[in-house]
Parts: sequence; C-alpha cells; structure tokens
Amino acid sequence: MNKYGLALGALLTLTAGGAMAAGTLVFCSEGSPAGFDPARYTTGTDFDASAETVFNRLTEFERGKTTIRSALAEKWTVSADGLTYTFNLRKGVKFHTTPYFKPTRDFNADDVVFTFERLIDKNHPFNKAAPAQYPYVTDMGMDTNIASVEKVDPYTVRFKLKAVDAAFLQNLAMSFSSVQSAEYANQLLKTNKAALINTQPIGTGPFVFKSYQKDAVIRFDANPTYWRKDELKLDKLIFAITPDASVRYQKLQKGECHLMAYPRPADLKAMQSNPQLQVTQQAGFNLGWVSYNVKHKPLDKVEVRQALDMAINKKAIIDAVYQGAGQLATNPMPPTQWSYNKSLKDAAYDVNKAKALLKKAGAEKLTITLWAMPVQRPYNPNAKLMAEMIQADWAKIGVNAKIVTYEWGEYIKRAKAGEDDTMLIGWNGDNGDPDNWLGVNLGCSAVGGNNYAQWCNKEFDDLIVKARNLSNQAERTKLYEQAQVVFKREVPFTPIAHSTVYMPMSKKVSGYMISPFALHSFYGVSLK
Amino acid sequence: MIQFLLKRIGVVIPTFLGITVLAFALIHMIPGDPVLVMLGERNIDPAYYREAMHRMGLDLPLWQQYVNYLGRLLHGDLGTSLITQTPVMDEFLTLFPATLELSIAAMVFAVVFGLAAGIVAAVKRGTAVDHTVMGAALTGYSMPIFWWGLILIMVVSVHLGWTPVSGRLDIEFDIPPVTGLMLVDTLLSGDSGAFASALEHLILPAIVLGTIPLAVVARMTRSAMLEVLREDYIRTARAKGLSRTRVILKHALRNALMPVVTVIGLQVGTMLAGAVLTETIFSWPGIGKWLIDAISRRDYPVVQGGILLVASMIILVNLLVDLLYGVINPRIRHAR
Repeated sequence: MNKYGLALGALLTLTAGGAMAAGTLVFCSEGSPAGFDPARYTTGTDFDASAETVFNRLTEFERGKTTIRSALAEKWTVSADGLTYTFNLRKGVKFHTTPYFKPTRDFNADDVVFTFERLIDKNHPFNKAAPAQYPYVTDMGMDTNIASVEKVDPYTVRFKLKAVDAAFLQNLAMSFSSVQSAEYANQLLKTNKAALINTQPIGTGPFVFKSYQKDAVIRFDANPTYWRKDELKLDKLIFAITPDASVRYQKLQKGECHLMAYPRPADLKAMQSNPQLQVTQQAGFNLGWVSYNVKHKPLDKVEVRQALDMAINKKAIIDAVYQGAGQLATNPMPPTQWSYNKSLKDAAYDVNKAKALLKKAGAEKLTITLWAMPVQRPYNPNAKLMAEMIQADWAKIGVNAKIVTYEWGEYIKRAKAGEDDTMLIGWNGDNGDPDNWLGVNLGCSAVGGNNYAQWCNKEFDDLIVKARNLSNQAERTKLYEQAQVVFKREVPFTPIAHSTVYMPMSKKVSGYMISPFALHSFYGVSLK
Repeated sequence: MIQFLLKRIGVVIPTFLGITVLAFALIHMIPGDPVLVMLGERNIDPAYYREAMHRMGLDLPLWQQYVNYLGRLLHGDLGTSLITQTPVMDEFLTLFPATLELSIAAMVFAVVFGLAAGIVAAVKRGTAVDHTVMGAALTGYSMPIFWWGLILIMVVSVHLGWTPVSGRLDIEFDIPPVTGLMLVDTLLSGDSGAFASALEHLILPAIVLGTIPLAVVARMTRSAMLEVLREDYIRTARAKGLSRTRVILKHALRNALMPVVTVIGLQVGTMLAGAVLTETIFSWPGIGKWLIDAISRRDYPVVQGGILLVASMIILVNLLVDLLYGVINPRIRHAR
C-alpha cells in the first residue's frame, strides 16, 4: 500500500470510529421484513422492523415480560359483564414527522378508531384502496369478537365485545394492534397512495423510519418527540440484514454490529468465552412436543399414550437436538407463563413399565407413523433428528415408528386434517395468556385446528372455558392449574422442551432484555 | 449479420414460452401455498383462507391462472409480489444492479486471472508451474462456494482484518441509490471514503463467485493455447524472429480465444446460480437472495417473473457471445 493509501485508510478508520460512537446501535438481523404494516404479518422479522420500532399500542408488554403496562392508553376500565372496555388515551403524544408526512395534530381517539376499524371491517375504505389480509387478527378472533370501536370524546375510546375475552388487553399489546395515524391514512387516501402504508410507516414509537434497502439495511432515527423519554437512549438504530448465522457472528466479532439475532447453538461456547462479547439468555416462551392423534386406534387408549410418553428419553434429546440450549418440558406451557402448575412431574423413563402398559392395552407390536417437520422452528431446531431419536426409543418397547415428512404448508394442512398417528409440532406464545396455550392447542374448539391430538376432553374443556370467561387472575390460575393436571393424566401430547433463547452482543450494549415473544426491541437500550 | 440476428431471435421466442411454462409449472408443483406458508402452525379460518386465495386469484384452475399470467405478460406486466405488494419489475430493478455489479467484478477477476494462469501453464507446459496452476484450478473448480466464502471471511476479514465481513457498504455511509451500482453511486456522491468502502466490500464476494469461472477459464485457455502453439503459423512467426511475448499474445492467444469466449458465455449461467449462495453468505442484496425468499414464501409472481428475467439475461448474454465470435473470427461471420 502506498502512502496515499495508508492515509486514506487512516482517515476511513477515523470517520468510521467517529460515526459509531455517537449512539448508533447496529443490529445484525436475520432477514428482510415483508413490509412495515405490522397487522399484515405474523413473524418476528416483520414485527421487529415495524411494531417494535415505529409503533406503539394501547397497552404494551413490559420489557422482557409477559405482563402488560399502559402505553397509548393511560388507563382503562372494564364493565362488570366484561364486554365493554373504556380506554383513556394519553395526551401530548406526537406522530412522527418525516419527509413524507407532517402531522398537524397529536394522537387521539380518531387514530384508535381508524386502526381497529381497518382491521375488523373488510369494507373499510382503506381496505378497498389497499387490499390486505390481517391474518393474526383473524387468528386471535379479534375481527369477529369486536362488536364496535367508538370515540366517546377525543381522548376516550370504547370497545364493545361480543363475548368475554380474558386476553383482550394482552391482545391489544400484540404487534398487529399497533396504532396507525388516521391523519396519515387520510393523506394517503387523498393522494391515491394507500399502499404506501406498508413501505413508509408513520407511528408514535421510539424510532422514526428513515430508509430501507431490501436485503441490505433498515435505518431509523431516534424520535425527538418520543413521549417515553427515559427509554430512548440511542441516536440511531440500524438493522444490518445478514441472513447467515455464521456471518452474523463474524460481523459481531469484528464490531460491524453490536447485537445479533438467532446464533447457531454450535457457536455459543466460543461466544461466551470471547472477552468482547456478552451472551444473555432466557427460557424461550415456546414448547416443542410429540402429539398423539387420539382418533387413531390404539392411540385412543390412555395406556398406549402413557407408554409412548415414558419411553421417550427427553434428556438425550435435549443434549443432541437442542445441543444443551433447551429446557426439559413437563407442562403444556412454559414455566414463565403465569398459572404454570409447578407441582406436575414427568412419568419416569421406564422401558419395562411402558412395555407392560402396551401389553395391557393389547397394543404390542404396534406400527405407527411419526411425522417430522421439514423446517427449523424456535421450539425445535432439528425435527428430523428428534424424530429419529424417538423412533429408536420406541423401538425399545416394540413400537415400530415410520418417519414421515411433508413440505411445511402441506404438513400443517394434513396434520390438521388428522392424517398423522403421532407428530412433532410446537407453539410460540402470542400474548402471554394461558388460554393461548391450553385453549389454542388443546381445547375442543381447536380440534381440526391447532389441536393436533384431536383431543376433546370434557373435564379439561370445561375448566378452560370457565377460566376464559373470568377476569380475576387468581381464580383463573386455579382453573388452569387443574386443567394441567388433567392434561398430564390423559397425555394427549408429550411436552419435550422449551428452547433457550440466546442473545449475543457486544459488551458496549447495556439494558437489552430478551422478549419472551421472540421480538427484538431496542427502546431502553444504550451504548457504553 | 442481420439475418443471423433474426434467426437467433426466432429461436428465442419459443424458448421464452418454454421458460414461462416451466417457471409456472415448477413453482405450482411445490406443495403448499402463500397463505398456508405464512401462517405456519397458526390456526386458519376456512372462510378467511378462501377469501385470501380468491383475492390472489389462486382459486382458479391452474390452466386459467397460466393463461391470465401469459396475458399480463404480453402487456409487459410481470405481476405484483403477493407478500410485499410491490410490482415484480420494480423489485427486480432495485435488486438486479447489486447482482450485476457482483457478477461483473467476479467475471473480471475470473477472466484476468484465468487467462493469465492458462497462458502461463500452457507456455510452461509439463513444468512444476504448470502442475501447480492446474492443480489450483482443479481445487478452485471443486470448491464449495459456501465453505469457501466462510473461510475467506474468517481468515481475511476477521483474522487479518483486511476487508469487511459482509454487505455492500459500511453502515455509516448512507448513499441514496441512483444507478444501484454501488461503485458508481459512491463515485457520484463524491465521497471518496464511501467509494473505498464499496470497493473493499466487493473484493471477497467477487473472489468467491469468480473462483469457479476462473478455474474453468484457466483450464480452457491452457488447452486452447496448447493446441494453437503446435500450429505451423506459430512456428513461422517464431522463425520470422518475432519476440516470444508477441508470438504468444498476438498470434497464439487471439486464435485460442474462440473456445474461451464460449466458455465465458456459458459461465454466466453458473455465475447466476453461484450468486444465490454468494449473496446469502455476504448479505449481498441481489436477485439470488430475492428468488430464494420468494420460493420459500411461495410468492408465485416473483418466482415466475424472476426466473423469466434471469433466463432472458442468460439468453441475451449467449446472443452477445455468438455475435462476439464474429468479431474475433471474421470467418464465422461470413460462413453464416
């Protein structure tokens, strides 16, 4: 390198160092968001780039927790019958000012009404102008259950529900409930550019959207007028989109980013021993399990299910499949979910007892199918390996399991139709409500849907339906704890593990908290 | 020449039709659909599902979907992405320059070093130099792109600290895209630091993507040169007392280039295939990554449009190669 080159290099290093030190946080994210209108999407990659940065919601999850706190709604009241929710909105909250939108007024009830009417009314003018689906809203039953959203006065909004929904406040904290600006929507409608709501977002959140280059970079500036001042400790936030996990790690090592999403389990040891890095971890808000289709004989017999359950060597699976980054699961929900029944124990791993149970049920020399997912999921990093291990475990008790797999969409479709005998599947918690685990995956109304065991048990269902219609958390907890006892006795599925979530980051980062919902949020985070 | 061009274009049209059928059939043969893939293990209301499929026009019989697709295509409409709701052509035009820039850089790297290596090996035939060069070429040809990329990043970027790990530009430079070619855009911005950064970012991916073509070009150059060097006119040229360099570069190389140019043309296809992996490793925002995402999300219009555009590119390049023959070797031009 000649003198000129050296000087240029030195200059580059100087400018680079200068820019990074001024409170610019770089996050190596795993992929490109499909858009910036959170209600249209279902994955963390989309929510991280929009709901967690640009937007706020009426209620929000506390950082790193599944409980909610007030946000755009300062406080609220619920009617005695649990059907009417009245929200008092926060005053003085400003929408972002950007080159494409300059707000003339503060956030108020019109914005809330617009946000939710757009989500629940297919014939809303905005949906005509920018057709879109809101799959998560439908999935959580919000579109059918909200009877009306009305403005009582500029800072009061009333929601009327058709049926009691104990998780309603939690659902409002979910990404799809992000509050949009009615004024901006009107501007888009008037200029015939409604589709821009998905590419040029306007919210009230901690970061203002600046630019996005697909598969390369998303840039945000701190919101100078953010209402939660104490949580904004950065000047700029940049997502460096880096799809390969090994490359993300290399970038982190070289200081090209401060935090990275989704490390490979194999890299964790090296990360933990790197003096430049810190790795925080938390039990994931997820669960991977083996489901037994109780409509297929002889899996309808509880003895057969118990035998299969106790023949699985979970410990070995956690070591091999999760490479230690997993936590043994016993209940149909993770331990961080309130109402988790701590008194439940797994049946001991016992080959002889399992054989005896099969004999009793007249199901010796059993041949069944065991389905394995074709994809990696947060709750199961390697379904094929898990299936092979379970196959070997079951062979020891004389059960011949044939491993079957389909393309992912097809897998789900056929599984919901009940074509499997046994299958691997799992769930990531949505809203921190117990019903999101027990109701969604095991309730009678979920048969043909996510209740892959096709299991409808009256005793269990009565408990969860009763709990769903109560608003007192202590009472609900009791009912859910009982329901888990029934689950453990009947074994519609065998919980295997909750995968541990790891977040490797530079030692310069402080205040980062892992979200139970596998989201990445940067408010409250600062750089040393 | 014009007749030759017309003939070639006549062949291109059925090829295009064939590609549309293939692209359409292949993506629809993969089970699953955009709605199911997006929802994953989430529950779905059948009415909602029907409505979503209807809105995307995916509830029609396949042949009808194909006819509709072809109809739009004739109007120059490649459709709109089902996931991002952006026109396919717009997405392609934003991402293609990145792939183009990377491919050109890789090709330049492959041709310059490949030709040089091939010539040296041919001239030093049978010596240790020849064996080393050809051994290296064989290794390069069988190098798995993913592994090669990661090794280079680990050694050159992280260990030696010479180049950045991935991306196209240091994060602190915010250069608005004009042409989409980062080298050009950074030059236009007048920020020399940004230009240097863009150049630094281009080095490793270009080497990774250019390695296989380099090996192919080197081997081809060597064998073509060997053949030519045996010819009588080379002996004559030497006998005339011309310098060795002049004989090799002027007399031998020009005649050896024919098969080499063919191979370079064919490498464009290999290159676009390699771009998919290279772009993933180096977080390079090009069309390779775009197509892979579209396939996994069952974004039919993007997959169909993308394949069609890439295929057109390959056809175009091959057409250019055919024309180039004429320039290199006038005999061909007249023979046709």
